[in-house]
Amino acid sequence: MSLENSTLVKLNNAGFKQNNKWLVEGVSLTVEKGKIVTLIGPNGSGKSTTAKIALGIYKNIEGSVEKYTNKVGYVPQKISIDWTLPLRVHDFMLLTENIRDEAIDEALNLTGVIHLKNKNLGNLSGGEFQRVLIARAISKKPELLVLDEPVQGVDYTGEIALYELIKRISDTLNCGILLISHDLHTVMTATYHVVCLNGHVCCSGTPMDVAKNNEYKTLFGEQASQILSVYEHKHDHVHSDKGEIKKN
Amino acid sequence: MFDDFFIRALIAGLGIALVTGPLGCFVVWRRLSYFGDTLAHSALLGVTLAYSFELNIALSVFIISSLIALILIQLQKKTNLPGDALLGLLAHSSLAVGLVVIGFLTFIRFDIMGLLFGDILAVTTDDLLIIWTGGALILLVLKLIWKPLFASTVNYELAEAEGLNPDRAKAIFTILMAAVIAISIKMVGLLLITGMLIIPAAMARNLSDSPQKMVLFSIIGGLLSVLLGLFSSLEFNTSSGPSIIMAALALFILSLLNIKQSIKLKN
Repeated sequence: MSLENSTLVKLNNAGFKQNNKWLVEGVSLTVEKGKIVTLIGPNGSGKSTTAKIALGIYKNIEGSVEKYTNKVGYVPQKISIDWTLPLRVHDFMLLTENIRDEAIDEALNLTGVIHLKNKNLGNLSGGEFQRVLIARAISKKPELLVLDEPVQGVDYTGEIALYELIKRISDTLNCGILLISHDLHTVMTATYHVVCLNGHVCCSGTPMDVAKNNEYKTLFGEQASQILSVYEHKHDHVHSDKGEIKKN
Repeated sequence: MFDDFFIRALIAGLGIALVTGPLGCFVVWRRLSYFGDTLAHSALLGVTLAYSFELNIALSVFIISSLIALILIQLQKKTNLPGDALLGLLAHSSLAVGLVVIGFLTFIRFDIMGLLFGDILAVTTDDLLIIWTGGALILLVLKLIWKPLFASTVNYELAEAEGLNPDRAKAIFTILMAAVIAISIKMVGLLLITGMLIIPAAMARNLSDSPQKMVLFSIIGGLLSVLLGLFSSLEFNTSSGPSIIMAALALFILSLLNIKQSIKLKN
């Protein structure tokens, strides 16, 4: 298989503007089959926006998105379910695709919430709901998984188990994953490619490259960069406190 | 046993209930009751145009309601006014235009009460054909767009991200709303159509724990409302629309008892 064919989604200098304010701009990245690309960055740095650009949720974007698959699983960062909808976990699993019952059970088993299958979605705790969201996204055996803070609200042991599951899924399904995560340790160990955002791409590369980057250090502090060895390098711009770029 | 007009009204009403049941669920889920009202108000203009140009009433209402829906979508894009203000603006201005046009049509005798509250005497065999073929078509299209429409009702971004094209489903649903109002206006009347959509669905919500069940109960509730409403309309010589809606209300109140019971059982 050629390199071209393994590309699932490609952003070319993509950006999105809302109310005349750039949420994110100039992002280029590629997600390939079997690879995990992670977006990191402080709050408001445009991680979720970048994910939504990649998914085609935002339409009027700058730059371009090339999407080579329609089999997409998405775990959004925020989702509110309305009480006016009588919706059980089982109904929710079938939301965007008709999936065999065995596949539903398998996915709910993997994320440890099979016992909630007939419960009303409104009665779940935050962590339980998060596990259901992940189960729904993986049950349809997607080619591209977009996970926006997938383990928020999940207990500590569950968090580790779910990240292991995500890594395993990327291997077994050979699907590409675009992951947004705050857990730098996971990012550094499980990820193939890291993109560090702060309104634009600050730095990107292998986890090792990024950890060495000075800007990464500024954004996440000394401790974070000590996860891997520190390497000083020159960069061509600094940030104002609003995240705007000032050229040196 | 019964007069022909009553049999026709029954067949018409049951056909309408089959369609308003599932559509009403979406009206409740998507919080569209005021939108339904707006389309219904604009239907008066559709009726007057039908009389002026000797068009079929259902067709004329369908065209005007769809037009109003399109104007609404455009206004939502172009202005900063909140949705409910735009709906009110369209509802009342189209109602006003409709009433003014009626004033000019002095050569036609209008049954305003029948128009507002429904008239079982007015249902013709042609209407039955329109209701049942139109209704079947509406249900068929609803079945086709069910997945994207329901998914985007739960969460728009999930539906969009996973390739279901929710915008198209929403546009088609808007047209279905105009169509259901067009086929039921003679029976239920333009002031009460939204009630026919919402009340059986609201009753069904009280009884169901899954979307499929809610649709089923909503249909059953609508059918029962039509039966009860029409028989009491015949018995007490009341307008068909209010009678049907009152029957639906009675069923809704009964469904509230079910909630109380299930709360008691839990405690």
